Amino acid sequence: MNLDLTGALPGALRKLDPRELLATPVMLVVEIGAAATTVMAVLDPTTMAVGVTIWLWLTVLFGTLAESVAEGRGKAQAASLRALQQETTARRRRPDGGWDLVTSTSLRAGDVVVVDAGERIPGDGEVVEGVASVDESAVTGESAPVIRESGGDRSAVTGGTVVLSDQVVVRITSEPGGSFVDRMIALVEGSERQRTPNEIALNVLLGSLTAIFVVVVGSLYLVADYSGAHQSAVVLTALLVCLIPTTIGALLSAIGIAGMDRLVRRNVLAMSGRAVEAAGDVDVLLLDKTGTITYGNRRAVALLALDGVTEDELAGAALLSSLADETPEGRSIVALIGSSASGISMRQPQADDPGGTLVQFSATTRMSGIDLPGREIRKGAASAVTAWVGCSDPELDALVDQVGSSGGTPLVVAESGRLLGVIHLKDVVKEGMRARFDEMRAMGIRTVMITGDNATTARAIAEEAGVDDFLAEATPEDKLALIRKEQEGGRMVAMCGDGTNDAPALAQADVGVAMNTGTIAAKEAGNMVDLDSDPTKLIEIVEIGKQLLITRGALTTFSIANDVAKYFAILPAMFVVAFPQLDVLNVMHLSSPESAILSAVVFNALVIVALIPLSLRGVRYRPSSAADLLRRNLLIYGAGGLIAPFVGIKLLDLVISQIPGA
Amino acid sequence: MSSLGPALGQIAVLVIALAVAVPVLGRYLSHVYTSPRHLAVERASYRALRLDPDADQHWKTYALSVLGFSLVSILGLYAFGRLQGHLPLSLGFAGLPADGAWNTAVSFVTNTNWQWYSGESTVGHLVQMSGLTVQNFVSAGVGMAVAAALARGLARNLQDGRVGNFWADLVRTVVRVLLPLALVAAVVLVVLGVVQNLLEPQAVHTLTGGTQAVTGGPVASQEAIKELGTNGGGFYNANSAHPFENPTPLTNLVEIFLMLLIPFAMAWAFGRIVGDRRQGGAVLAVMALLLGVSIALLTWAEMAGPGTAPGVAGGAMEGKEVRFGAAASALFGAATTGTSTGAVNSMHDSFTAPGGGVAMFNMMLGEVAPGGVGSGLYGMLILAVVTVFLAGLMVGRTPEYLGKKIGQREIVLVALYVLTTPVLVLVGTATAITASQGLAGLQESGPHGLSEALYAVTSASNNNGSAFGGLSSGTPFWDTLLGLCMLLGRFVPMVLVLALAGRFSAQRRLPPGAGTLPTHRPLFVALLSGVALVVVGLTYVPVLVLGPIVESLS
Repeated sequence: MNLDLTGALPGALRKLDPRELLATPVMLVVEIGAAATTVMAVLDPTTMAVGVTIWLWLTVLFGTLAESVAEGRGKAQAASLRALQQETTARRRRPDGGWDLVTSTSLRAGDVVVVDAGERIPGDGEVVEGVASVDESAVTGESAPVIRESGGDRSAVTGGTVVLSDQVVVRITSEPGGSFVDRMIALVEGSERQRTPNEIALNVLLGSLTAIFVVVVGSLYLVADYSGAHQSAVVLTALLVCLIPTTIGALLSAIGIAGMDRLVRRNVLAMSGRAVEAAGDVDVLLLDKTGTITYGNRRAVALLALDGVTEDELAGAALLSSLADETPEGRSIVALIGSSASGISMRQPQADDPGGTLVQFSATTRMSGIDLPGREIRKGAASAVTAWVGCSDPELDALVDQVGSSGGTPLVVAESGRLLGVIHLKDVVKEGMRARFDEMRAMGIRTVMITGDNATTARAIAEEAGVDDFLAEATPEDKLALIRKEQEGGRMVAMCGDGTNDAPALAQADVGVAMNTGTIAAKEAGNMVDLDSDPTKLIEIVEIGKQLLITRGALTTFSIANDVAKYFAILPAMFVVAFPQLDVLNVMHLSSPESAILSAVVFNALVIVALIPLSLRGVRYRPSSAADLLRRNLLIYGAGGLIAPFVGIKLLDLVISQIPGA
Repeated sequence: MSSLGPALGQIAVLVIALAVAVPVLGRYLSHVYTSPRHLAVERASYRALRLDPDADQHWKTYALSVLGFSLVSILGLYAFGRLQGHLPLSLGFAGLPADGAWNTAVSFVTNTNWQWYSGESTVGHLVQMSGLTVQNFVSAGVGMAVAAALARGLARNLQDGRVGNFWADLVRTVVRVLLPLALVAAVVLVVLGVVQNLLEPQAVHTLTGGTQAVTGGPVASQEAIKELGTNGGGFYNANSAHPFENPTPLTNLVEIFLMLLIPFAMAWAFGRIVGDRRQGGAVLAVMALLLGVSIALLTWAEMAGPGTAPGVAGGAMEGKEVRFGAAASALFGAATTGTSTGAVNSMHDSFTAPGGGVAMFNMMLGEVAPGGVGSGLYGMLILAVVTVFLAGLMVGRTPEYLGKKIGQREIVLVALYVLTTPVLVLVGTATAITASQGLAGLQESGPHGLSEALYAVTSASNNNGSAFGGLSSGTPFWDTLLGLCMLLGRFVPMVLVLALAGRFSAQRRLPPGAGTLPTHRPLFVALLSGVALVVVGLTYVPVLVLGPIVESLS
């Protein structure tokens, strides 16, 4: 991970403004403490006062630095997005049907513009007329152009993208400054970051801990006076800063920004931080079958020959009919036959270039094939091929039914008026999906497969993929009803979708991920947009959400556990002069009271720097049950948080005690 | 260590007795707080008071009922105390001074039972019975009602902030739980030798030939509810060290059992009310764990004692009754500070420094191990919410407890709760040792004087009521300060708990899954204990260092 510390420094210094720190009470208290010790250090410049003052300022600075570094990582991406926003001229349609030339920034929602090949689309909108290929690489990073056309689910266009061919008429749907790219820029820069509910709640708890420690230290001032062990304000401030949860207080917003950034790096834009947190809480994952669980195109998995037809005969005919067939199905047939060790390999040389005439698949014939001298081979839907042959066969019907009931698609092969057999095409489940779903189950997340297939096919695929449940012949209404049902049971639901008819379900889901290729309606309804339009990403989004929460919890635990050691360093140091017997509490055998206090303060500041990479990267997350996660993280961050400062403070003391005057 | 056998033996008997009684009583309590039916006597009292016991109160109404009832109780008790001289059965005692009456009124209504006065020489039978003893029942009932409301809030699903009916909870607690149990306990105590009469003081001739007035009275009946309701206000100034209140080691053990019974049973009842007994078991386990550790430490401190004299005597015997010995005194001391009872059978001021520190730490925990009746349960549940919030994030979900999300509003309430008592204790202590009127009440100076002030303020703020001794608290300064601590330390947390109960009741109760943090496993028990110790420890260690810790190291 490259941390641009120097680049982030100006931003960090700007954030030292107390008004910026109002949102994090912990760091505000540190800054007030630093200001107070500065005054005292000026009035009475002891080594101790100066040392404490310097390190208190550094503590605040390290906190703002963490936030600044986190923000900086989004800056580069924001710059490239800004380039999209350069002002262009647009042709706006007048009510009378003519066109005006206007600047792109003056366009309002509802305006209709025409965009020709080579022109930049002036704003977010919906294609109302025409079809065009559009280069969206600037937004998505995907270099292949995409088709955008009026009507249907591929009508949304993004401002700043370039039309490569043809002409489209676009109705603008965003106001100036409120476009998709504007929101992306705000998101990646973190400038418009809204703190998430859990982050706010944690801030409240940290604030109240801070308040308790202010009271503790304040009352200690009086109690110490009573005990005849007067304490200087510098020492008390040092104690206060060491006790309040500065580690998590300093890193909290950096963790949040970095979490959003991790999503952005995976080309997912979360429209609200709330959604990222909600992703961690998801109980039910609704996954579309096609493209997520299966490859989305059917593959040949078996050849079933009729009685009286040899396997080789069928394989040969199927191979010949498919060699020039560039569809995924066709290629999968060639791959299947090539991989099986049948006798047809000897025919391969001649099969490489069969010659003859290709018969392309068409929607009316529902067949494809090849015409060779003396041979006519066809493959296609059962009804179409039997009609072509002119006769049917009960045995063939049985095979077709058998394939259909197992969730596959039968492709009948015939040659020159004779039925040969059936190719079993099947929706193939992606590798590793079962393991992935097992992980989900361990995390307590139920997966439900959504498919338009009939129940038989759906069940077969669901079983093969290892999902917990499926919804067959699903209509958008069914999806919405399923989401409502789950939510009524108190479960959080995540789903993804792209079509306008998905919009109600996307809006209803707690985490709704819209595909970038989808319609404007879908993108508006969801609370995240996946620029890659990859439905599998839902799983990664859930993991990122969990990682964000875990990182927050781990650093909070670490921060509070740290306090135990700091007490052992500071309290004996404060009172050992008045009460020599307290030296037994100096378990770290720190060299002098001054060195002990300074070491604690320095440790407190340095631990923030040491944890910046972790807060940006996130705590390593492996899917497992809640009990396992808790045990593991508690061991690392709880027990680690208890022990680490004992070691750290001791080492710092060894160094600091060498400084004259300390 | 010949005394170790009896020391362990009494603990074993106590554990067995509680293990038998707690589940039975817990089950009964859960029925009391969930049953829709009313007894005839209850119905009559609702009719007389014109209350609708079936109205499901919003938390605000519930809280106002708690506050209203308690305000009336305080005013009534104050009037009783002031007018004592004009009332029958006063034994000739005059009315209490204003600050003393205020302190006593607050003290008994808040279930604290801090006593600035000597019972036998200040209050007559009427005030004892109809004032103080009544409050011993109803103040305990209020605490249990609030805990029941929180448990119901957690158990409910989308109930719009409604948490039950305070009047029904209060009346049922008194009628179905406290009265019958107190009756049985009083009879047992009488049988075992505790005094019970309504006589004028008896003149007895002493061996030296003089005469002495010996005050008897309804001691056993007050003793029963004093322990059972974790009240702690003794009939006599010497409290349970007095031979009329606590004559034998057996009555001593019975009294300890009575103190611990309801707080533990409430935890068990909680599990049943929320429909998952394991949750109640986990809460109970944390309470037992913390109490067990403090019993062990306190017993060790008192039996080992510092110096040679305790070694010869078999423990630090100063301020302890010979009939109990060090171990039984330590056990009582841990139980009375672990619950918010505050009865004493020995002078905590004379405990060894570490022993006194343990007693103080028990109270500083916020009276949760097992705490006062009701207040122990809700205090522990608040700590459970804190634990879930701090550590729960580490499982990768936003925090939830028993299927209720801990969001911003919930955590604000919890944070204020956690803040209240430490602020009262620390600000109160700092005030006491800074003001000359405060210092005037301290018997010692230096670390031990600090301990005296700290103990008193801690005891009042946590509604314990036990006294360290060595502090002359019957002055306007101390009466006012401790009265404020008791009042705020009782009702601010209660209102926050009820608000939290309302939030929970309005929420949907989410079903647990493999991804939710399990809150019934040993790991959570350890974690909750750890959070309780660390959060409390971090708050109080600095002042403890200058008090008991400095003392024990010298």
